[in-house]
Amino acid sequence: MAELITYRDAVARAIAQEMRRDERVVFLGEDIAAAGGVFKTTKGLLDEFGPVRVRDTPISEEAIIGGAMGAAMTGMRPIAEIMFSDFLATCWDLVAVEIAKSRYMTAGQVEVPLVIRTANGGGLRFGAQHSQAVENWAMMIPGLKVVAPSNPADLIGLFAAAVRDDDPVMFFEQKSLYPTKGEVPDGEIVDELGKAKIVREGDDITLVALASMVPRAVDAAERLQEERGISAEVVDLRSLVPMDTQTVLRSVTKTTRLATVEENPRLCGWGAEVVSIVSDEAFWDLDAPLTRITTPHVPLPSADALEDVTLPSVDRVVETVAKVVG
Amino acid sequence: MTATATDVGDAIDQDTKLALYRQLHRLRKFEERAYRLFMDGLVKGTSHLSLGMEAIAAGFGEAQREDDLTYCTYRGHAHTLSRGVPMDGVMAELLGRANGVCGGKGGSMHLTSVEHGVMGSYAIIGAHLPIAAGAAWSAQLRGSGQVTVCFFGDGATNIGAFHEALNLASVWKLPVVFVCENNLWMEYTAIADVTAVEHPAADRAGSYGLERIVIDGNDPDAVYLEATRAIEHAREGGGPSLIEAMTYRHGGHSRADPGTYRPQEEVDEWLARDPLPMYRQRLLDAGVSESDLTAIEDEAQADVDAATEAAKNGPLPELDEAFTDVFADGGSSWRN
Ligand SMILES: Cc1ncc(C[n+]2csc(CCOP(=O)(O)OP(=O)(O)O)c2C)c(N)n1
Repeated sequence: MAELITYRDAVARAIAQEMRRDERVVFLGEDIAAAGGVFKTTKGLLDEFGPVRVRDTPISEEAIIGGAMGAAMTGMRPIAEIMFSDFLATCWDLVAVEIAKSRYMTAGQVEVPLVIRTANGGGLRFGAQHSQAVENWAMMIPGLKVVAPSNPADLIGLFAAAVRDDDPVMFFEQKSLYPTKGEVPDGEIVDELGKAKIVREGDDITLVALASMVPRAVDAAERLQEERGISAEVVDLRSLVPMDTQTVLRSVTKTTRLATVEENPRLCGWGAEVVSIVSDEAFWDLDAPLTRITTPHVPLPSADALEDVTLPSVDRVVETVAKVVG
Repeated sequence: MTATATDVGDAIDQDTKLALYRQLHRLRKFEERAYRLFMDGLVKGTSHLSLGMEAIAAGFGEAQREDDLTYCTYRGHAHTLSRGVPMDGVMAELLGRANGVCGGKGGSMHLTSVEHGVMGSYAIIGAHLPIAAGAAWSAQLRGSGQVTVCFFGDGATNIGAFHEALNLASVWKLPVVFVCENNLWMEYTAIADVTAVEHPAADRAGSYGLERIVIDGNDPDAVYLEATRAIEHAREGGGPSLIEAMTYRHGGHSRADPGTYRPQEEVDEWLARDPLPMYRQRLLDAGVSESDLTAIEDEAQADVDAATEAAKNGPLPELDEAFTDVFADGGSSWRN
């Protein structure tokens, strides 16, 4: 049996699944308990698990993330919410310099098994300070795992894998996906970090995408087929660290062409790493230059038309791919 | 000051006093040796010593329960040793040896020994205060009865994490004791020149619904008694304390810094308040024999000498170690 649910409702279901399973899982963040989250992603958790395990915090991102770290290193499995991923900058020391490095600096004595989940990315006209796609900030820090699901079933399964993982995991929910729906099987769902998925098969080019760029890449692939007779394979990368480069390399070896579809701004976006790996390891299989489709190197504007022209659109993917395939 | 030496000394039994004396000398002699090894080029990078400030780590170490947790700073040799972490492993870590407590990957600023409750030495000012609060939250959730003690400098009181941690700890009534070691100076700037209140920690305590506490951090008895009180208070569910312990570093901030930016009268005044001779005299006055004290001092020196040898003779880390312990699988691989 399966059920059609929203990406939004998948969040609460994922958290509840893990909190039921393991007493050590606790959840903290701003407005997450009584209010059910500013995106209504955490509704019902306070009622089911009570105020000791589902805890509203002050507006203190360092205390939220530091608190989660201290709890994680002493036997708990905390989930911390950062309301908007932009706010990670206020506690980046804790994320990048404390959490990420503790295992290493202590030669493995300290373990920090926690999940930081956050609403990431643009598309909702929130302007430059509530719309950034910052997954690339996280992936450049050794010691962090970085996950970004594109649909409700993956969200639940990857979230479960993140909570059960003994490393700190940055879990990026793309906020424009919250109202989108997908089939979710009944019962417990547990996925695996570091496994990409081929969501559409094709022969002429590989499109590697993440989170909200996955449905766009799929739409673009449908149009490329219909309008230009180009067969695009779409790979949903799902996690940046660990990265399933083998699935990407296998696909590119078959299609001989690659374009990444990235929401993060251009410089040092995750696709640069994908392109570098493919160039190093599949160069002689290629028939076209490797291509990156990204948000340009600008902060995100608020007005509809301006935001739409900056985020990679289905049109832009179609036009760019058509040129690459030629 | 909340208490004077003569008020408090009588409440402490003789064994504890001798243990404090022993710890003071271990810490002093360790730090003197660390300085020399730095000057000899055997301790690389940097080191921050607690010379002159030993009474705080000693007093708390004596008051902490075996399973209590310690969070400290880059100036953390003393706080690590006072929890019973073997001196050999600490010295070897300073020298970057494989037999160091972190296998040479931490160094002087990141001493950690989880099995002794030393949960890390943190080198970003203030960062460990919210982490310590989190460890206390965990103890509260687990009902373990553990108390977390978090040491930091006066300079940390002006960073946001201090205020976030204090507020959260107070609102959630967490079993944590925050200990500000006020040595009057940050690196090369006096705390008084950059702080809106006279006592950078204690004068802010009221903002978090906490008592204003200033103690003589150079008096081992005063520290021990206040530590015992605050730890018991936390253990019984009374919530956090914020203690400002007045002290002074005998040397500079770090490395070879001679600390000459400090006024000579101030240095002289505090050298005259050195906890070691003061405590020695107090024990003599209480009837402890000169020879017993000398024996303790000699033993501390012998421990430091042995640790120095163990460190110097320790193996260098295998080069492969640079690529271990990034992730839980023990390695550093981020792709397949
Ligand atoms: C966030 C941050 N800013 C600056 C520094 C550089 N720094 C290292 S120690 C120090 C002085 C800290 O003084 P204090 O907190 O009084 O502690 P003490 O060194 O006296 O023990 C500074 C500014 C740092 N490590 N972290």
